[in-house]
Amino acid sequence: MSDHLDTGDVAAGFPEPQGYTVWEDIQGYLLGLVLAILLTAASFYVVYTHLIWAPAVPIALAALAVAQIGVHLAFFLHLTTAPDNTNNVLALAFGVLIVALIIGGSVWIMSHLDERMMPTMNHMMQMQR
Amino acid sequence: MSASDAAGAGHAREVDPYLLGRGGQYGLGHAAVTGRGAGGPASKTVVVAYGFWLFLLSDIILFSCLFAAHAVLQTATAGGPGGAELFKPVNIAIETACLLLSSFTCGMSAVACGLRSQMWTQLSLLVTGLLGVAFLVLEANDFAELVREGAGPQRSAFLSSFFAVVGCHGLHVTAGLLWLGTMMAQIFVKGFRADILRRMLCFNLFWHVLDIIWVALFTIVYLIGAGR
Amino acid sequence: MLGKLTWDSIPWSQPIPLVAGGVVIVIVLAVILWVIIKGYLPYLWNEWITSVDHKRIGVMYLLLALLMLLRGFIDALMMRSQQAVAYHAEGYLPPEHFDQIFSAHGTIMIFFAAMPLVIGLMNIVVPLQLGVRDVAFPTLNSTSFWLTATGALLVNLSLVIGEFARTGWLPYPPLSETTYLPGVGVDYYLWALQISGVGTLMTGINFVTTILKVRAPGMTYMRMPMFCWTALAANLLIIAAFPVLTATLSMLILDRYLGFHFFTNEAGGNMMMFINLIWAWGHPEVYILVLPAFGVFSEIFSTFSGKPLFGYRSMVAATLFICLVSFTVWLHHFFTMGAGGDVNAVFGIATSIIAVGTGVKVYNWMFTMYGGRIRFDTPMLWSMGFIVTFIIGGMTGVLLAVPPADFQLHNSLFLVAHFHNVIIGGVLFAGFAGIVYWFPKAFGFRLHEGWGKVTFWLNLIGFYVTFVPLYIAGLLGMTRRLQHYDVGAWHPWVLIAGLGVLILALAAAAQVIQIVVSIRERDSLRDETGDPWDGRSLEWATASPPPAFNFAVLPDVRGEEPYWALKQLAIERQQLAPEPVYKAIEVPRNSPVGFITAFFATITGFALIWHIWWLVAVGVAAAYVVFVWFAWRDVTEYEVPAEEVARIDRARRAARRQWLAANAQAGGAA
Repeated sequence: MSDHLDTGDVAAGFPEPQGYTVWEDIQGYLLGLVLAILLTAASFYVVYTHLIWAPAVPIALAALAVAQIGVHLAFFLHLTTAPDNTNNVLALAFGVLIVALIIGGSVWIMSHLDERMMPTMNHMMQMQR
Repeated sequence: MSASDAAGAGHAREVDPYLLGRGGQYGLGHAAVTGRGAGGPASKTVVVAYGFWLFLLSDIILFSCLFAAHAVLQTATAGGPGGAELFKPVNIAIETACLLLSSFTCGMSAVACGLRSQMWTQLSLLVTGLLGVAFLVLEANDFAELVREGAGPQRSAFLSSFFAVVGCHGLHVTAGLLWLGTMMAQIFVKGFRADILRRMLCFNLFWHVLDIIWVALFTIVYLIGAGR
Repeated sequence: MLGKLTWDSIPWSQPIPLVAGGVVIVIVLAVILWVIIKGYLPYLWNEWITSVDHKRIGVMYLLLALLMLLRGFIDALMMRSQQAVAYHAEGYLPPEHFDQIFSAHGTIMIFFAAMPLVIGLMNIVVPLQLGVRDVAFPTLNSTSFWLTATGALLVNLSLVIGEFARTGWLPYPPLSETTYLPGVGVDYYLWALQISGVGTLMTGINFVTTILKVRAPGMTYMRMPMFCWTALAANLLIIAAFPVLTATLSMLILDRYLGFHFFTNEAGGNMMMFINLIWAWGHPEVYILVLPAFGVFSEIFSTFSGKPLFGYRSMVAATLFICLVSFTVWLHHFFTMGAGGDVNAVFGIATSIIAVGTGVKVYNWMFTMYGGRIRFDTPMLWSMGFIVTFIIGGMTGVLLAVPPADFQLHNSLFLVAHFHNVIIGGVLFAGFAGIVYWFPKAFGFRLHEGWGKVTFWLNLIGFYVTFVPLYIAGLLGMTRRLQHYDVGAWHPWVLIAGLGVLILALAAAAQVIQIVVSIRERDSLRDETGDPWDGRSLEWATASPPPAFNFAVLPDVRGEEPYWALKQLAIERQQLAPEPVYKAIEVPRNSPVGFITAFFATITGFALIWHIWWLVAVGVAAAYVVFVWFAWRDVTEYEVPAEEVARIDRARRAARRQWLAANAQAGGAA
């Protein structure tokens, strides 16, 4: 692997190839930490107060979680949309697609199966009333 | 053909360097500078980091199956306790704080490695480890309490899936701490050798992804689950 | 002290496994003794067992595959013969035993014959085709192989100690829960697959990284050989799908070992969840098997038609299309489980759509042949047999993709015939074709052509005589996995299938004979130049077998089919390209880590199966120690000096120069 090196790519998790100064590097992590703390606090707040209309809470939580994951990816993992990061981002996109298919597909299939299961004795007796 | 050559040539010719396949931009039939492997084998750091990134994505897919099982089984409480009765927000908040801070200190250890500072690297790694241990102790305590209350994994399918998904994350944290200890020893004994730096990069990726999974975990399992 | 293990775990009272196991043990001991007495052990240890060279590892994968193919085939012989005689009779295999046989047959064939076959070919060929020295992670590659071998060993151990699962090759709950199968059979299955699954996942990561990040200079994505594209797609699927297998089997393990309730009858478990998740792995798995098979045929069709592959871009598109869509069809394995018309319709349509990708490939192969100068060597015969057989199998698949039809045919012999049709016609034929095609590259001499043709024809005829009757029996209502039956209409078909499997046995014998004869006559079959088939891709630029470092200087890739262009240029100019400047090459050191890790994995797996908890702790601790010891090493590579590189490469160039001169005398450029 040492004859001819393609130096055009950046390793996943690496800061910019040109290199920041140390302070800029630390600033990135600090900003990520602060944003993550704010988003986490918001998530807990949303659940344990009545700020958001109750049926919308799961969606709000999901949005906050996605945002926080994005913060982690950008500030801690240095996964950006720079061209030398393309392979890394594409791999992530592929992974996210598979996760969506597995979780989404499973929930959809299983809920349909559940719906078509025979009701239990309790349900049947309740239905008869 | 080095990156600087190609970059220089690119400037001179103002040609789109991301055009795939049609060779000849630089008169040599070679693809452009960020050929993503087409400029010859990538450096060891890039290769190792990419491979490890792929492994982490496969791990995320593993977790997604456990999440899917939990999503399906979350109402299967078999007459036993559900999420609303069981989960304590304070504990979860503290655990989240521990893990998030440890992610930050892990990032600091990466900065310290960049500076080749033995003291700051060991210190930040130590703090990362201690925060990780704190997280695990709190979580183990929570688990023990649940079992004592009769809400162990054998009680119902809901609890089985809960213990499995949270427990799997805890097992990963444990493995990560073992790895952390080994890294600290290696850096101490062998210094900042190239292959050890590559392993530190992998460890950083691992630790940050663990926190990402925890974000999904506390959102889906605890916070959404608290509503049931 | 020894958990559930007792003296009675050995099947003293069952003659068939006892004798079979005894024979195998005797053979294995004899081989080991012969190796030691002849003094081959140091050679084996240094050159093969601890090797991290992709070519060596690939050969070991193929050896494992062929051995396990034989083992799985013996299971098949037993099943077909049992069914042939068990009409209005009990046959000779008691039900508990028959159940283990069909379970072992499927498990071994998929995980330890087909997967290693495909992975072995990818190991040998992909780095050579990419023009590089080795895969991205050579030591990890070795570990992957040995972990796979561990899984195979554990499954085969179940024959002599304990029993195997009786659930079929996928352990559906609740039968696979401890309530109904408390023995060690299902545990053997689970741990064998968990361990080898780790190995396979590592292979997936290794090859995706290699194909995306480790290629010769100038090899853009659209200049990669087709086999590398299909290898990329298959390995992406491995990374995406195998974690699902690991997670699902882990849930079953938690149920069995710790009393969890994922899939149990009581406390809210959901058995259908297992079937859903396991097939979310199971469908991509078959594409993991078949995509590299398609790649093998792409290479062979173009080489033996003397033409570049037709429609390269559409082939790439079709491959990636199949890769993505294969993750959206898994419900077609359980249409009858009751998800309803809407869900069934969506997945049925997706299943029909995925056939389009393969259709594109088939047309491209045919157009590759059209207008070419076809040579009917053995690899080409296998390819033509594949095209006809696979199309039939694919069509029965599209038939099954229609939910109402599937409701009639689910779990019938029609289904069994369909998947054997596509796996044998696709994966197995590709395996044999690939082995004959790349054997000279790996070993330096060709396989005997005459016996190759005999093997092919026996396999082709045997396949049809075995499985066409099974299609018919399935349509007549015969279900799979029957230990006995008394429906007269099925009997003649089962008998013909029994005859067919005997023809396949002859084919297996012919295959063995081909290898033995080829080794005996290897000097007359020698591949002098490294390019015995007039190849088009970079692996044929190396000597046969290639040196450890593959290429003295990494090739400079200027277009598609780089080796063909090089060759035509040389023929035109009647001289080779100028001699390059030779530099020293760093080659990764051999390492026993893979073997030792697998050794402790075997011990840990065995201990987990038999509930010998102290041994589990020892095994895990030992694995960690080995890992740290390996991570502590300082010297990871050794250097091949420039003079040595030059000497090896000059020998290769001399052979090529000789060929060039001989062919010029014979009357100009071919």
